[in-house]
Amino acid sequence: MPPKLPIYMDNAATTRCDPRVVEAMLPYFTEMYGNSASRNHKFGWESESAIDHAREQAAALIGANAKEIIWTSGATESNNLAIKGAAHMYAKAPEGQPNRGHIITAMHEHKAVLDPCKRLQREGFEVTFIEPHADGVITAAMVKAAMRSDTILVSIMWANNEIGTVNEVPEIGKLCHEREVIFHTDATQWVGKMPTDVERDNIDLLSWSGHKIYGPKGVGALFVRRRKPRVRLEALMDGGGHERGMRSGTLDVTGIVGFGKACELCKAEMDTEGQRLLKFRKKFETEFAKRLEVTQVNGHAEKRLPHLTNISFGFVEGESLLMGIKEIACSSGSACTSASLEPSYVLKSLGVGDELAHSSLRLSLGRWTTEEEVEYSIDKITEAVLHLRRMSPLFDLYKEGVDISKIQWQAH
Amino acid sequence: MAYSDKVIEHYQNPRNVGSFGSSKEVQARTDVGVGIVGAPECGDVMQLHIKISPQGIIEDAKFKCFGCGSAIASSSLATEWIKGKSVDEALTIKNTHIVEELSLPPVKIHCSVLAEDSIRSAIEDWKKKNGIAIDATTVAAH
Repeated sequence: MPPKLPIYMDNAATTRCDPRVVEAMLPYFTEMYGNSASRNHKFGWESESAIDHAREQAAALIGANAKEIIWTSGATESNNLAIKGAAHMYAKAPEGQPNRGHIITAMHEHKAVLDPCKRLQREGFEVTFIEPHADGVITAAMVKAAMRSDTILVSIMWANNEIGTVNEVPEIGKLCHEREVIFHTDATQWVGKMPTDVERDNIDLLSWSGHKIYGPKGVGALFVRRRKPRVRLEALMDGGGHERGMRSGTLDVTGIVGFGKACELCKAEMDTEGQRLLKFRKKFETEFAKRLEVTQVNGHAEKRLPHLTNISFGFVEGESLLMGIKEIACSSGSACTSASLEPSYVLKSLGVGDELAHSSLRLSLGRWTTEEEVEYSIDKITEAVLHLRRMSPLFDLYKEGVDISKIQWQAH
Repeated sequence: MAYSDKVIEHYQNPRNVGSFGSSKEVQARTDVGVGIVGAPECGDVMQLHIKISPQGIIEDAKFKCFGCGSAIASSSLATEWIKGKSVDEALTIKNTHIVEELSLPPVKIHCSVLAEDSIRSAIEDWKKKNGIAIDATTVAAH
């Protein structure tokens, strides 16, 4: 029996909120609506205790202490607070002066890391953007080679959002601790899916988001280490001094309750869920390799998330492929699908040719993905690729044995 | 990106997909004009093959396209329009006509320009092969 359409294969963009999470949130809209900062009545106490519970749930997911969790509006804010907050706190010279300090990140980080780093560059910090190799993995050796005596901060994501590659985060953390450099990781795609322990993994600052882990949108968290070393941040938002002065503003009690519940569920279900989705991911990859020529899985062969695959189908343009599989919701690295009309900078940084970047599809699986949906998607995508290849002049040239890279194209 | 019904229709049922032979074969044929425009790294390549009678009438046209749905629809539409037309008539087709017919949004105008260029480029190729002078205005502007 065919699965119910449309099929959602875009869980790296966002996830469905788990009904168990929604259920936990509901009373906090209409019954327990107090401000968690109200210290002198029952409404406030109820909300405060809900926040404390969620903080425990969030901390337990990453091996932290509840006091080390700062609530934010999402991973973008967590990244901004971590990177700008640490840079400003540990700057080697005041604003307006040169040589304020050196920051290390990578070229294929999320924009929510790259853009804060670029802003700091304009403010007088120096930033090294490490260029990944073809496998997309940032190693401790690569970070070590970029280290300088004035390095104050390293920000390397745990797993990449477009290709799912996993960086050497524990090793990079160890290196940073040896050099007394603050280490931040954007763990948005990692936490909740893979085992995380900020102590074992040597992390000072860790960002994650509710809506990627089957929680609500608009709520995120930042882990800020309290001891060995005690990390201090300059706030982005000033006000009532909430969240240890690092993030003022009345807390979104309802959202935070949902975030906490989402963390608890992920922790309990992570192992079996990871195994289940890895089987599906492998099915996608082996079936496409079997049924279609000139396909390529982008990023490292093994060091990848279990639930995400990024595949280039040669000689087929990504947007037209999406059009052919419109009952399957997923995304492409094609220029036509981006606002900037540029192909994916992540794939480009890996040295994947522009032409294969235009031909890429990202499929990301989640808690409600079924085997039937996977099988249906494999059939439909294969069909669409074959349909488009029958129309593709590049596929003909490939079949004739012509080297496409040697042709003088009339580029516009 | 929301597509117009016409774009979707051409995408699902493209007209005149194909070629009049391999790249080598059509190069040798004087009755066939070949236009290939765009570049793989830009995400679109259009290939147009047109079969032209000695009287300068486009008897048949075939296209292949690597590109988004709008690019596929633009080239499919172009083949429909030029079939049966004289070379000179075909050269009067402008990208704006394609934009209008397919209701292309501003970000997709580029696709219609490629379709117009592919017509010009294929006719130019046929003229060259047959020793016909190419009027300056018909050379695809890049």
